[in-house]
Amino acid sequence: MSFPGVENLAQMAFWVTLGFTLTGAFIAVFPRNILYNVLGLSLCLAGIGGIYLCLGSFFIALMQWLIYIGAITIAIVFAIMLSRPLYTAVPERKVPKVALATAAGAVFLVAVLGVIFKTNWKPAVERGKDWSVAAIGHLLLTRYDLVFEVISLVLLVAIIGAIVTAGYSRRLS
Amino acid sequence: MNTLETYLVVAAVLFCLGLLGVLQRRNLIGILISIELMLNGANINFMAFNRFLAPEPAVGQIIALFVMGLAAAEAAIGLSIILALFRRLHSINIERAQRLRG
Repeated sequence: MSFPGVENLAQMAFWVTLGFTLTGAFIAVFPRNILYNVLGLSLCLAGIGGIYLCLGSFFIALMQWLIYIGAITIAIVFAIMLSRPLYTAVPERKVPKVALATAAGAVFLVAVLGVIFKTNWKPAVERGKDWSVAAIGHLLLTRYDLVFEVISLVLLVAIIGAIVTAGYSRRLS
Repeated sequence: MNTLETYLVVAAVLFCLGLLGVLQRRNLIGILISIELMLNGANINFMAFNRFLAPEPAVGQIIALFVMGLAAAEAAIGLSIILALFRRLHSINIERAQRLRG
């Protein structure tokens, strides 16, 4: 049996999530106080996790919340804390630069929207139904194991490089 | 409603906001935040195509996971470079870092 209200509720939740995501993205780009930008970014990333949930992947939504909000946003907050004092004044934005950037962004947006609405999207003929985490793990260790290893190596090198870059600059200055 | 186009439009808007941020900001941390927005827009595209078109539902999720891992590495390196630059120049305004200007 089905309840007629549940569909509407899910639909409403989807649009609210979308609103949070776009609001967060605007806050992440436009205010000049960097702390507002980070808070907007975390709101936007949380909304994107909700969008993944609507797209049917609970696992990727969890990874989004864990990696992006739990790790990357916190790292950015630490970098803000360690770098510029918040009370110093920020220089004004130059009008031609902002105008040119807005024009470039608008042109790109119009082009992408044109591609989206002019293309006739066709689903694949045979579509699998296996959305489980076990399938992801199996593919990671069979078909994509080389990529998996390389990403692990990249992460290791990035961590060592970050420590060396931040550490040596202290010794040099 | 919940169609493929809805998700693609959201991803395009996020990507263009990130592009706008990268082009107009001068604060290095602000640029890093905008790059995260662009990566997330691309990720939404992968997940939407995975949900609506792709033959195997696991592949798009795996690619999204890889993008997240690379974003974490990029954030770590970028933030440490920002810290090193701040110690040397006492500023994270990108227009002051001009020693390698060509």
